[in-house]
Amino acid sequence: MTAPAPVTIDTTRPGVPMSRLVKVELRKMFNTRSGFWLMMSIAILATIATVVVILVLALADDPGVTYASFAAAIGTPMAVLLPVIAILAVTSEWSQRTGLITFTLVPHRGQLIAAKAIAAVIVAVGSMILAMAIGAVGNVVGTLIVGSDMVWDFGVKDFLLILLANTLGLLIGFMLGVLIRNSAAAIVAYFVYSLVLPGLFGLLASISDWFSDVQPWVDFNDAQTPLFDGGPSGEQWAQLGTSGIIWFVIPLAVGIWAVLRSEVK
Amino acid sequence: MITVDRLTKNYGGYRALDDVSFACRPGAVTGFLGPNGAGKSTTMRVIAGLTPATSGTALVSGVDYHDIPNPGTQIGVLLDASAQHAGRTGREILVLSALTMGLPSSRVDEMLELVSLTRSESKRRVKNYSLGMRQRLGIANALLGDPKILVLDEPANGLDPAGIHWMRGLLRDYANRGGTVLLSSHLLHEIEVIADEIIVIGNGRIVAEGTKAELLRTAGTFVKAGDASALANALTAAGITTTPSGDAGLRTQADPATVGRAAAAAGVALVELRPAEGAGLEEMFLQLTAETQREAVPTEGVTS
Repeated sequence: MTAPAPVTIDTTRPGVPMSRLVKVELRKMFNTRSGFWLMMSIAILATIATVVVILVLALADDPGVTYASFAAAIGTPMAVLLPVIAILAVTSEWSQRTGLITFTLVPHRGQLIAAKAIAAVIVAVGSMILAMAIGAVGNVVGTLIVGSDMVWDFGVKDFLLILLANTLGLLIGFMLGVLIRNSAAAIVAYFVYSLVLPGLFGLLASISDWFSDVQPWVDFNDAQTPLFDGGPSGEQWAQLGTSGIIWFVIPLAVGIWAVLRSEVK
Repeated sequence: MITVDRLTKNYGGYRALDDVSFACRPGAVTGFLGPNGAGKSTTMRVIAGLTPATSGTALVSGVDYHDIPNPGTQIGVLLDASAQHAGRTGREILVLSALTMGLPSSRVDEMLELVSLTRSESKRRVKNYSLGMRQRLGIANALLGDPKILVLDEPANGLDPAGIHWMRGLLRDYANRGGTVLLSSHLLHEIEVIADEIIVIGNGRIVAEGTKAELLRTAGTFVKAGDASALANALTAAGITTTPSGDAGLRTQADPATVGRAAAAAGVALVELRPAEGAGLEEMFLQLTAETQREAVPTEGVTS
């Protein structure tokens, strides 16, 4: 046997482009049984919500039901599902330990986290468009069954606002995933964040005048409410910004810093 | 070529790796042998850029792992065959890696065939895989990008004897084509079967390294008599230092001829007299293992 040629590493080879990472991360969200049904549940729940609204329309013969009713009914399950999808996209690398391969094939963890964020936002936009389309079908079918007037009172601006609200919800889930890196704990944290925290803020505001003045600037949940309600004013946008820095940007930065430094086992 | 230089890793006050240095050369299978918890996996995770070292370096052909573009196509890594999403199919796991590396899906089928996973097995979810099947999948994943260097942590764990034999053939071919292989095991037998060069690690330190031939080379004499104490007295009287070994046997650094003459002069009838082949490595390894046992085990026959 002749002496083998020295093995060298080619440092001029092209790296893994972001577009490929996003594609892979999107595929990962669908290619497990749990992931697949989580995605399917978006369409299923949107359909169920639509059917319920049609039933209300038919039984109550309520002329008040319009496209906005469908949009509101569909928005609720989305607000719960999208953050969970984003959480699992991040935490499964640790909980299922797939990170051993993922972070070995792509040693630049910042790129991977960015790819996961992009993939999660793509899913949010795609599923919102799908859900609104299901709602639109519901509005057409519902009014045809009942024979009432078809009312399209949910415009592009409303859609963009609710899309922004749901994307923010998803990104909050993403942030908690990055920060906590454990599926169960991050999901629990999300519900504490979105259900318990507002109550605490409300309580604080009711016992402290000072906090009641400050609350709009530091309560991220409260600041998001105008997104579902016709759109924030200039001041409300600013409040969304300040509260977002406290409850989203800073913890996300801490989470990313920890991911970049942590040991993958 | 993998070069680990003065690598140290502390976890709080615990030193997992203590000044570890070694090199793996191309064209050889280097076996990384040590009991559980000795630091094998930590070393490999440092090489793959997953664990930051406290001090020292681990370089792949002189390059830090993080600076390798598209690393899967240059160095194949298998760190834990069980670290897989249980709900994914075996094939899908390879497809994800192939997509990441920018490889065609035909490469996935080639690798499945190479590791003898059938089409129907590859479509099953990994939670239904035996450990041996997971290892085959993990090896397929490591080889997917046609790398010139392989780092495999406990790849033979869970393989049956035929599987270990298969892996020996696979890695032998790979090394003969100029590849570099570093593989770990906590079983001396596996390393003996598969590796050409052996690095032994215990409690975070390298305790021995060399070619298999060097480490298994004759190390003194094993001798046994019907009357063990008479033999021990006779050898001591002849100035030969002995240590107990196995069941009533003795081991010594002296060569068999000297030991035989001393026994004959004292009139002690021998039952066995032979070169203590490989015993050095085995006993060293036994001692390393014993030190990390939770319960004290008799380390009879261990030379220190």
